[in-house]
Amino acid sequence: MDINTRKRLAENTAFWVFRILSLGVIGILFSILGFILSKGIGVVNWDFITKMPEDGMTKGGIYPAIIGTLYLIAGSMLFAFPIGLMSGIYTNEYAKEGFIKRFIKLMTSNLAGIPSIVFGLFGMALFVNGMGFGDSIIAGSLTLGLLVLPIIIRTTEESLKAIDNSFRHASLALGATKLQTIRRVTLPMAMPNIITGLILSIGRVSGETAPILFTVAAYFLPKLPTSMYDQVMALPYHLYVISTSGTNIAESRSMAYGTAVVLILIVLILNLAANALRRYLGKKYKIN
Amino acid sequence: MHKIESKNVELYYGSFHALKGINMTIEKNTVTALIGPSGCGKSTFLRLFNRMNDLIDGVRIEGSCLIDGKDIYSKEVRIEELRKRVGMVFQKPNPFPKTIFENVAYGLRVNGISHATFIEERVERSLKQAALWDEVKDKLKKSAMELSGGQQQRLCIARALAIEPSVILMDEPASALDPISTAKIEELIYELKSQYTIMIVTHNMQQAGRVSDTTAFFYLGELVEYDSTKKIFTNPTEIRTQNYITGRFG
Repeated sequence: MDINTRKRLAENTAFWVFRILSLGVIGILFSILGFILSKGIGVVNWDFITKMPEDGMTKGGIYPAIIGTLYLIAGSMLFAFPIGLMSGIYTNEYAKEGFIKRFIKLMTSNLAGIPSIVFGLFGMALFVNGMGFGDSIIAGSLTLGLLVLPIIIRTTEESLKAIDNSFRHASLALGATKLQTIRRVTLPMAMPNIITGLILSIGRVSGETAPILFTVAAYFLPKLPTSMYDQVMALPYHLYVISTSGTNIAESRSMAYGTAVVLILIVLILNLAANALRRYLGKKYKIN
Repeated sequence: MHKIESKNVELYYGSFHALKGINMTIEKNTVTALIGPSGCGKSTFLRLFNRMNDLIDGVRIEGSCLIDGKDIYSKEVRIEELRKRVGMVFQKPNPFPKTIFENVAYGLRVNGISHATFIEERVERSLKQAALWDEVKDKLKKSAMELSGGQQQRLCIARALAIEPSVILMDEPASALDPISTAKIEELIYELKSQYTIMIVTHNMQQAGRVSDTTAFFYLGELVEYDSTKKIFTNPTEIRTQNYITGRFG
């Protein structure tokens, strides 16, 4: 076999291996979605998403768990997004290269590596007991917020880093301060990518069970919260409960799949909304 | 009094000695070309005057730089204030991803001007000065990114003019442009001279010859020769200058 044939053969083999593996990944995603949908879509109807659970969570709906999860998403984002954004801005725009910057980056990565159950334990110690919030939306939101803080910090940092320095220099050379430059030029340009971090965070927050286990989630609470110091039900924990420790696990199996469908749909809808926002901003600050 | 003056300026990037004892004076309403091979310090020297070198970690500057007789590195000087008086045009056109109008208005807005008619008038005037008005007057609300490279560079010049600087620094402003756009920029520089003091870094000898009144030749961080452009290009004193402008190295 001459060298050209060999090169072409290697090239073709690599191409097909990579292609099949990538398609395989998509295949896995679709099988999960297909499996959950086929099992769960049957129980999802208007009553399911607007009614309280009944008969030991084997009948009725999951309304309070949906509301609880939406509250936790909103609460954790209200807390984590501004803080993550500001600290990402600090590390990329203000901190000088050197020990402190490296240390912050290292610690951010470490924070991202902590298992979520440990966040749950920490949240219980600090927010539930230490600060006396009790099992509550605020304690759960803060705990979930801590969990996704590294994601938001990291994407903010990376998105800002991707902005060419020539834009910063142009702004500074016109007499703008650093803060004006960030607010009017760099941050708007980075925002579409930062929103990707927001999407990841929302997905993470809505699906996590461990951090809310000790900080907010109620086993069964067929009423809506009236303040941020109330407990709520939440979709992932509800799913866990009716699959492992419900009153009648076999009977509530379809409810569990239905819950999973609703959880996926909520994440999907929020992602689509964030994507639309990202596209809008991307168009507004398009380069080229 | 000279418009711009540098006295015994030494500049170090860490341990690298980038500018070695530069003494130079520039008069009002003139164009000064800074020439020399890459890495000779000419851009660094240019950036002294709006303190863009300050952005680089580990820069150390000695000596003094004066504009209108005042030391721009003294503690009382606010950098934003200085940069308002000393505009800059960069090598690569770098308009903001905003509308044409907002690009020119940017410097006014960040300097606290919000009066709408004032901004509109100033934007129009600056675009006219930069010889761009006729080409963009019907699409001021369009993104600046839709303009051609040459138009973008003139927009960047308009943007710098809008805040009424008295000095304009140009760092190879035409090196990324085609010959026709380059000619337009050069024409513009010639016209702007009546109102502004201009310093321009260029690699293009013909360009230096065409646009400038005085020329400074830098080599390895030193100011080798500084004289009228005519003298530099016809009868340079230094052999290094002669070798450079005749293309024997560079």
